[in-house]
Formats: sequence, C-alpha cells, structure tokens
Amino acid sequence: MDFTLKIWRQEGPQEQGRMETYPVTGITGDMSFLEMMDVLNDQLIRDGQDPVAFDHDCREGICGMCSMFINGEAHGPNRKTTTCQLHMRSFKDGETIYIEPWRAAAFPVVKDLAVDRSAFDRIIQSGGYVSVNSSGNPLDANAIPVPKADADDAFNAATCIGCGACVATCKNASAMLFVSAKVSQFALLPQGQPERMSRVQRMVDQMDKEGFGNCTNTGACEVECPKGISLDNIARMNRDYLKSKVTGE
Amino acid sequence: MAQNGILQSSLAKKYAMAVTGLFLCLFLVGHLAGNLQLLTAASDGGRQFNEYAKFMTTFPAVKVLSYLTYFSVLFHLVDGVVLSLQNRKARPVRYAMERASTNAGWSSRNMMLLGTIVLVFLVTHMQNFWWQMHFGEVAMIDYDGESVKDLYTVVAAFFNPEMNRWALPAIGLYLLGQFALGFHLWHGFSSGFQSVGLRHPRYTNIISCLGKAFSVLVPVLFSAIVVFMYITQA
Repeated sequence: MDFTLKIWRQEGPQEQGRMETYPVTGITGDMSFLEMMDVLNDQLIRDGQDPVAFDHDCREGICGMCSMFINGEAHGPNRKTTTCQLHMRSFKDGETIYIEPWRAAAFPVVKDLAVDRSAFDRIIQSGGYVSVNSSGNPLDANAIPVPKADADDAFNAATCIGCGACVATCKNASAMLFVSAKVSQFALLPQGQPERMSRVQRMVDQMDKEGFGNCTNTGACEVECPKGISLDNIARMNRDYLKSKVTGE
Repeated sequence: MAQNGILQSSLAKKYAMAVTGLFLCLFLVGHLAGNLQLLTAASDGGRQFNEYAKFMTTFPAVKVLSYLTYFSVLFHLVDGVVLSLQNRKARPVRYAMERASTNAGWSSRNMMLLGTIVLVFLVTHMQNFWWQMHFGEVAMIDYDGESVKDLYTVVAAFFNPEMNRWALPAIGLYLLGQFALGFHLWHGFSSGFQSVGLRHPRYTNIISCLGKAFSVLVPVLFSAIVVFMYITQA
C-alpha cells in the first residue's frame, strides 16, 4: 500500500510549525500505524532528513503514550483503539492521511507530533491518590467488602490510560473525562472516601489551572476514548464537586 | 483560583449555565401557555389575553419570576460568553483536519452560534412586544370598569400584513429564532442535567427523551401561533 502523509512538523516548542507532505510506499495492511511511521522515519533518516518525532512506548494499547490526531480523529478512525493498535488495513490504498499532534494550550508541542502531557501528571499529583500510612501489617483486601457493581465501575474508570485523546478530541480541549475517571476510581471505593471531597476540589482546581477548556457535554470524548471511559464519570465528578462546595468539606 | 469565588471554577460556571438554562425552560412553558391563548383570542376580542397580560405584569409573585427570568437570561449570556472565550483560549492552534461530526452532534458543537441567533431574536422580540407593553403607547380598553392595556391589538397588528409591512420578514426572523431555540434545547436540556451531575442509568434516557420532545414541541407551538395569526389575518 502507498500513502500520502500530511504531517505537522515543528522543530521545538517555540518554533513555528507547518504541515509537510511525505509519500510512503511498500506499506502492508498488517503494519500498525506506528510501524508505518517507523518506515517513514527510516526513509527520512536514509535521505539525511530529520525523522518525525512521535510518542510511543508499549505498542500494546495499554500505556497511553501514543497519541496523534489522524485524519481528524484522535487515535484515527477506529473506535476504542489506540494508535499503536490501529492497522493500515483501516485505510484505503493511495489515501492521503493527515497526522497532527494533540492540540491544546495545556499540551504544548515538544517536537512534531510529541506533546507535553505533564499537565495530567500534575492533576494526579494534586489528588489522584489515597493517603494510606502503611503499618507494614496490611489488612487483607478482602476484609473490606465492595459491591460488585461499584468495583466494576471503579475498575472501568481506572482503565483510563491518560493518553489525552479526550482533550485532543474535545472542541474545547477539556480534560473532564480524564479527571473524572481519576476522581471516580477512588470515589467509588471505600478506601477513597476519607479524601473524596478534598480530592475532587484539588483535582478540578488543578485542571482549571492547567488551562484546559470547559465541558460542553458534547460526548465526543467518550466516543473517541480508546478505553471507552463513560460520561457517567463526568456526572459523578460534577455531583461530588457540587457537594464538596455546598457542604464546605 | 477556585477558592476565591463561587464562579471561578469551570464546574461552577457550568452549574450556573445549567440552572439558568433549565429555569429558562420553565419560563418557556409559562410563556407558551400564555401565548396559546392567542389562538382563541379573536373570539372575545382579546379580552382573556389582555387580562392575562395585565396579571402577568402586575401580580407580585409573577414580578419576582420575571426579574429572575431577566437575571437568568443575562447570566446565561455572560457566563456562556466567558466559557466560550476560555474554550477558544484552550486550543490556540486549530486542527488542519477535523471530523467533529463523527463523534458529536451538530447542535452540541454550535451552542454559541445557536444562542447568538436566539439572542438576536430575543432583542427584536422584546422590542416589539415587551417594550411596547411596558414603555410604549398601548391603547387602553375598558373591561367592566377596569382599564387594561390592549396588548392583543398590538400583537394582532404586528402579524397582520395589512397593518405591518414588515410582518412577513418579522415572521421569518421569528421562525429562525424558534429553529435556533429548538436546536439549542436539543442539546441544552439534557446537558443541563449532566452538568449538575443528575445522571442515572434509570433516568438519563427519560431526561434525554423529554429534552428532545421539549425542544421540538415548544418551538413548533410558538411558531404555529405566529403562523396562525398571520394566516387568519392575511
């Protein structure tokens, strides 16, 4: 398969970026999108050009490192699929493919397609944890009963890999789906209760400080999320934040 | 940042958006109920409608509701503009290629545009009727010794092509305003519930269906009244 790639090139955070066109040939349908990028970079290096910088790590769809806004959609056209799990058979031979970095003020471009997602780390640092002072003699986890439905919802929230597709796809570059998943995974479990109200306040406040946009409830994030994180989490966070402000906890 | 004021946080702004928006939905129900009297107003020369209009502008409890309505409109407007400006700032560089229609509905992505059309309509609408009723010169009519402003004649004349040469364009703007309102509500009604966290597997579908029915029914009925008044007088 052959493709025409239109890729965002930007030398550094302060440099002016632009779309550049690259042809790639000899791609097979079984190659992942990242492998196709590897082929392109191999060509570029052989031609003495600067390879395209892009984030990637596990290439198993679980680390949340790969990103890329492909043909106008976060992680490309397939649902519940990360870019590394997207295969070239999902594209038509000869197709022109647009590849852009996540676009958000809170995710500045580092180089080309790689963006700085440390805003997410700072949100986690602000409250995405449970303060348990371990005694070195921990209780059996089964000593605390958790309803199955709550455990399932908490687990589903915790499957968020923090890739930032929600921010990238949201018309407002809002981080509500990510933050709400990280709030919910604790809010649903007994261990998360003591800090539940202060956690949601601190994480929402940090989210606002980072300069993410506001939620319009378009639902685009849920559709584009490679892990299928539900809008239920956003509603839960809205409820908890309201409650925390009303009760002043 | 959020500690400094109630509306500093992004979520608080959304709560305000939801509460004012849903309150304005209640206002629409009341306004529509009042307007529906116009369908039968010709039979009694508009007496019932005029007495209703007097009640609505003088009864103290309704006065309170009307001030709440003005406040809600202004707050919804200012809050919406602030949110939109922040949202623009959150994505300074746009995508060269974006396929937003694959993951979100049109109305949810165009609430600002739809709201602006509704606002333009609202300004002309208030100038045409609200301003006339409160500050304009409206003929008085006597009902059993009680002097009442004859708002019905003002409304009837406005939609009468022989009395108002702008009747047809005005109806066009009215229908456009209702069209925009319908699409604004199509997303806004259920979105308001989500913003304050009212979401539950058992009730969310009901709220969503109610919102869709509301967003179709209200603008269609408002439009039907205006078209009826035009056709019966043309």
